Amino acid sequence: MAKVIMTADDSASVRQMVSFTLKQGGYEVVEAVDGKDALQKLASHKVDMLITDLNMPNLDGIGLIKGARGLASCRFIPIVMLTTESQDSRKQEGKAAGATGWIVKPFKPEQLMAVVKKVLG
Amino acid sequence: MMDVHRQAFKEEAYELLTELESSLLELEETPDDGDLIGRVFRAMHTIKGSGSMFGFDDIASFTHEVETIFDMVRNGKLQVTKTLVNLTLAARDQIKSMLDLSDGEGAADAEASARIIAGLRTLACCDTPAAAPAQAKAAKPAPLERVSYRIRFVPARGIFASGSNPLHLLGELRELGTCTVMAQTSGFPSLSEMDPEACYVYWDVILTTDQGVNAIRDVFIFVEDDCELKIEVIAEHDRFAEQQEYKKLGEILIERGDISAQDMKEVLAQQKRFGELAVSRGIIPEARLQSALVEQRHIKEVRQEKQSAEAASSIRVPAERLDELVNLVGELVTVQARLSQTATLREDAELSAIAEEVERLTAELRDSALNIRMLPIGSTFSKFKRLVRDLSGELGKEIEMTTDGAETELDKTVIEKLNDPLVHLIRNSIDHGVELPQAREAAGKPRHGTVHLAAVHSGDSVLITIADDGAGLDKEAIRAKAVDKGIIAASAELPEKELFALIFAPGFSTAKKVSSVSGRGVGMDVVKRAIEALRGSIEISSVRGQGTRITVRIPLTLAIIESLLVKIGNDSFMLPLSLVDECVELTREDLARSHGRNLAHVRGRLVPYIPLRERFGIPGEAPEIEQIVITEVNGQRVGFVVDHVIGEHQTVIKSLGRAYKNAEGISGATILGDGSVALILDVPQLVHSVEAEAEAA
Repeated sequence: MAKVIMTADDSASVRQMVSFTLKQGGYEVVEAVDGKDALQKLASHKVDMLITDLNMPNLDGIGLIKGARGLASCRFIPIVMLTTESQDSRKQEGKAAGATGWIVKPFKPEQLMAVVKKVLG
Repeated sequence: MMDVHRQAFKEEAYELLTELESSLLELEETPDDGDLIGRVFRAMHTIKGSGSMFGFDDIASFTHEVETIFDMVRNGKLQVTKTLVNLTLAARDQIKSMLDLSDGEGAADAEASARIIAGLRTLACCDTPAAAPAQAKAAKPAPLERVSYRIRFVPARGIFASGSNPLHLLGELRELGTCTVMAQTSGFPSLSEMDPEACYVYWDVILTTDQGVNAIRDVFIFVEDDCELKIEVIAEHDRFAEQQEYKKLGEILIERGDISAQDMKEVLAQQKRFGELAVSRGIIPEARLQSALVEQRHIKEVRQEKQSAEAASSIRVPAERLDELVNLVGELVTVQARLSQTATLREDAELSAIAEEVERLTAELRDSALNIRMLPIGSTFSKFKRLVRDLSGELGKEIEMTTDGAETELDKTVIEKLNDPLVHLIRNSIDHGVELPQAREAAGKPRHGTVHLAAVHSGDSVLITIADDGAGLDKEAIRAKAVDKGIIAASAELPEKELFALIFAPGFSTAKKVSSVSGRGVGMDVVKRAIEALRGSIEISSVRGQGTRITVRIPLTLAIIESLLVKIGNDSFMLPLSLVDECVELTREDLARSHGRNLAHVRGRLVPYIPLRERFGIPGEAPEIEQIVITEVNGQRVGFVVDHVIGEHQTVIKSLGRAYKNAEGISGATILGDGSVALILDVPQLVHSVEAEAEAA
């Protein structure tokens, strides 16, 4: 059965690119438009991995990571955050909140797949 | 002795030059490719280094200049430009002619060398400052040597909470090279104290890889802050000779800081097995010792592997030896056939069993002997790339060549003999096929023309197609020309396929003017004959304005063919099975009905036939019912009348020798199981000569 990956991002274009790349790679994708939407969907969907942006309305990435780690189903899943080079402190914050790794924006589809493969096995 | 080395160097250098050429052509398309730049540099480096060792001093000093330039390119100090590629290609040709002339017949053109070197030096000095920063990043580091690392990875207790799975990381390490992983479980608390969500294990890993230490660090990039990671180099396998034994166990433990030198000395003084003693004295825990032993074993294995890999790599054998082998196998196949036949006749069970065994072994031996001679056709393809580049430049056309199926394998002799015909066909595509850029744009096509060369396996033959997207064949021009040259009658109405086939007729050329590339009116007929000599066939299709496609079908090997054995009187003949369509009977009644016109009715269609008994002047009476073997040659069905059809036969082709070189309609001979000789019919030639006679009459 294909593994399910959630992408949480308020930018539709990033979501689309991530989603397209993952589907090409044989994964199932659940999309969420912000942290709040993501948390709601996480409660009802079983996902194997979460890829989240850090800056999002309603609930940001850090909040989402903390919230997700609080869910029994998401305690041990890999969570990868999308950051920009300048957000090093945010990266540390994310790690402290329980993120597994990060991808620096802008990135290429191959880089995304490499990271997914790395954390999901 | 020296000559042998010189010869070996020359062979190597020729190979390097071929590779260099294709690398350069690729580099022209992707000037930033660090791998390619590295390849070019290494080729030059090897030619220079080995050249001076074997007394090719002129080559070495000349190549040194080119190498210097590519060293600059490699270090990002110089950019790859068209001028650079052109100069380097010229340098490559110069090195080749130096090699060609190195056996004493004159010297290479020193002026040309000087010109190329001057050109390269100009490039080197005026291009340096500007391009440096931009290029520095693009060049990839040269491939690293194989190094063994000792990695101790102690993850944080809470690593699972961040969603990381250490097993995936170890899996990634395994992908980097030869890897021995040893889990250390000494940290486990008793069950009652254990937190099931914590990680108590850590790992000792010995990894031998050529990817470099950064690749290892990349594996741990997400966890490096929450773990203890130690990466140490323990052996560099390619740098020095590995005669000496790997470190002693004690040395490993001291290096790791697991015991002190003092401890080791004390223990050694006891003169017992060091490892056991160290553990029993409680200096180190058992697990640490195991880990060190694993390291020792890992390095031993890697070294053994390396040695066996060196032993198993390819060897160079002169082509004649292979030919000799295939000849011998051919003889063996013949003898084996006799053995099988004798065994069957004697009805001796024991002999039959041996004969069967020999038959099986012979078949295997034959297949593997033929396999040795198989080479990928790709080496020829890269030669053509250069041809297309040079010719299109000369003609002011913009043509790109694409290839497909370079890995398709063909018999070495076939590949060699294919070279000239293919060169001719590609030249034709460039010269007559693809239009000038302006003409292409006017026709609404891209300026860039394409010539596509593809090879693919199809049954026991290989199909090679040469397709261009040029103007296509002009049917009216071909027709007019053929009438003009008297090849066809003015009133003749020919179907498209036959009309196109006319360009293979001797003395035919539709090009309006003669260029240096083609159009001298010789060629296509020669091409056709060369292909047929390889027992192949050639076909052409074309759409006006869209392009032309030429398909060449070539059998996989020349030495052994499947054929149909037939008899006329007491004589045996073979027809290549690939040409045979079907066999039908020919009765006396049929003969009477056709009134001597040599035409047979086969399912409502007329098939012309050639009575071989008559043709070869074989005395005696034909049997009541004769057989017609119907073949297909160039899309035309022609029958051959024989007395009996015996059956399929694995035929080892023997040439007939010079005395019979001009024997018409015979392409070779073979020896049958009973020792008698069967002649192999040259079907296309037979058809051709009968047609020619009919026209003359």
